[in-house]
Amino acid sequence: MTKLNILVCVKHVPDATADRRFEEDNTVDRVGVDGLLSELDEYAVEQALQLKEKADAPDDVTVIALTVGPDKAVDAVRKALQMGADQGVHVTDDAIAGSDYLGTSLVLAKAVEKVGESLGDGRVDLVMCGMASTDAAGSVVPAMLAERLDLPQVTLASVIETQGDQVRIKRDGDTATEVIGATMPLVMSVTDQSGEARYPSFKGIMAAKKKPLETYSLADLGLGADDVGLSVAYSEVTETTERPPRTAGEIVKDEDGSGATALTEFLASKKFI
Amino acid sequence: MSEVLVLVDHVDGAVSKPTLELLTLAKKLGEPSAVYIGPADKAGDAAERVKAFGAEKVYVVDDAATKGYLVAPKVETLQQIAEQAGGADSLGGVLVVSNFEGKEIAARLAVRLGSGLITDAVDVADDGTTTQSVFAGNYTVAAKVTHGTPIITVKPNSANPTEGAGAGTVEQFTPTISERAKAAQIVASQPRKSTGRPELTEAAIVVAGGRGTGGDFAPVEGFADALGAAVGASRAAVDSGWVPHSYQIGQTGKTVSPQLYVANGISGAIQHRAGMQTSKTIVAVNKDEEAPIFELVDFGVVGDLSTVLPAATEQVAQRKG
Ligand SMILES: Cc1cc2nc3c(=O)[nH]c(=O)nc-3n(C[C@H](O)[C@H](O)[C@H](O)COP(=O)(O)OP(=O)(O)OC[C@H]3O[C@@H](n4cnc5c(N)ncnc54)[C@H](O)[C@@H]3O)c2cc1C
Ligand SMILES: Nc1ncnc2c1ncn2[C@@H]1O[C@H](COP(=O)(O)O)[C@@H](O)[C@H]1O
Repeated sequence: MTKLNILVCVKHVPDATADRRFEEDNTVDRVGVDGLLSELDEYAVEQALQLKEKADAPDDVTVIALTVGPDKAVDAVRKALQMGADQGVHVTDDAIAGSDYLGTSLVLAKAVEKVGESLGDGRVDLVMCGMASTDAAGSVVPAMLAERLDLPQVTLASVIETQGDQVRIKRDGDTATEVIGATMPLVMSVTDQSGEARYPSFKGIMAAKKKPLETYSLADLGLGADDVGLSVAYSEVTETTERPPRTAGEIVKDEDGSGATALTEFLASKKFI
Repeated sequence: MSEVLVLVDHVDGAVSKPTLELLTLAKKLGEPSAVYIGPADKAGDAAERVKAFGAEKVYVVDDAATKGYLVAPKVETLQQIAEQAGGADSLGGVLVVSNFEGKEIAARLAVRLGSGLITDAVDVADDGTTTQSVFAGNYTVAAKVTHGTPIITVKPNSANPTEGAGAGTVEQFTPTISERAKAAQIVASQPRKSTGRPELTEAAIVVAGGRGTGGDFAPVEGFADALGAAVGASRAAVDSGWVPHSYQIGQTGKTVSPQLYVANGISGAIQHRAGMQTSKTIVAVNKDEEAPIFELVDFGVVGDLSTVLPAATEQVAQRKG
């Protein structure tokens, strides 16, 4: 294989350490809460960069970061560029707000096709995703992308090996440790077992400023406002309730074995013994 | 009443407890039809089991030719059964267990059936409204599918399985599996060794250990066994190589919501909480009284787990006689 085009899907999410909340229409507040590149997508970016670095001719490998989200979601793409991705694509359109998995995966799929066409040599070989977004935590977008693009899905990779267009991954499935094989083009998701993601270097941060970054609207992807967004979502959130703070529990200090006794008594009082 | 498809989760024909929970929830939405995809010679036992918990119909699909491939053959099978049953609009819903495979199957089926998807529900009401716990348990969300048939993945321990036999009419179903569906091949598979303890996601009690064990899990395991519990761990314990990854609880591990969760030598990082915060009763043993895990607990012991746990294990054993 001569050229290899890797597209990494990166999501901009509300910071988990900030106060994440919902808007009045029960959609996730993506504007009022500080956001960042979903931690779990950094692992996908890292593995994409490693595939590039390990290639015989790294210059023939192009890593493109793609995000779908509001204006400030572009920060997720910027972070990926700073880490070392070559190009960025940001799909943004007011009509996308409030999309559910079906809407988001449709926009992502169209964007993957559009990026493929723009690459000259015609296709994206590897679509890489994180194992889950840290806000929705569905772990479903990669499977939906595979379905929409009619590509093999190779999910939850902890170790990735490629040889030409052959891909093998190792993964910890629900009940077994497995090796999965498939041929590119394909969709892959990557877990946090794959290895720590790099921090952007100062040089990387400077270089990122000059990297190409495209912005697409829905119309650019051949989609209209009636294809996606809150009003046509396939599911709706009818109510969001903040959990009342837990009532403070009883805390005892262990002194000369008193802790074990208190613990056993507590468990017995709750009928766990 | 309309058919509600329940995908049977099983290991070699042994039906999992979460499947029985799904059947119980499915009865609220319509008539449960269990879909068993597995070895043909184990289908009889599986069919009996799902019948006892309310399956009116059992679709039996022999997976001999397709079990070596990831997810897609099961998606095509469910799609074809859904179409035979009259299509998305005449189904009462599709319920799948919320594990990684279940979620991926549900996701792809939602695209194929043009139907809404809800993941990780912890309850389903009669009108199909689901309850989810999001943002590491800080919010509860009610949601509803508005297009097609509701495709819902449900977390283990979300319902009490209630017995009550259905008709259990068995129907052999032979799907047409496309070549495309065989594109991701399982080249090798090593089933996880059984620990002899309850399955982590299904257990009523989970006892977990973290970095504070210092690598010695014996006190944690001893206490777990005294309580008949499953053993879990924080990522720090997994990353240190003390226990296998399948023990990990949290954002990138398993999600558990047992009746009782006991965290030992675990600080309570947000990623860990994401996997255990919906537990009904939470207990912690930690030597640092400032550890954030104490914010969550119903009962906490500030102390050294290497002395507290063995002593408690002994007392539990005595009480049990
Ligand atoms: C992308 C990402 C995903 C992650 N996913 C997960 C996940 O799925 N699950 C998960 O758990 N973590 C996850 N983490 C890691 C998480 O952030 C924490 O680092 C981890 O949970 C800490 O584990 P710990 O509580 O065991 O260790 P520590 O935070 O080091 O806490 C150890 C605790 O043990 C106590 N202690 C020490 N000695 C004793 C003793 N003798 N007796 C009693 N107490 C003692 C200490 O006081 C301390 O509170 C993830 C992190 C990232 C970045
Ligand atoms: N809006 C988005 N933009 C880019 N990538 C996304 C988006 N939503 C989901 N993804 C990708 O899909 C993965 C799984 O997301 P989820 O199914 O929401 O848990 C993420 O780790 C991302 O790689």
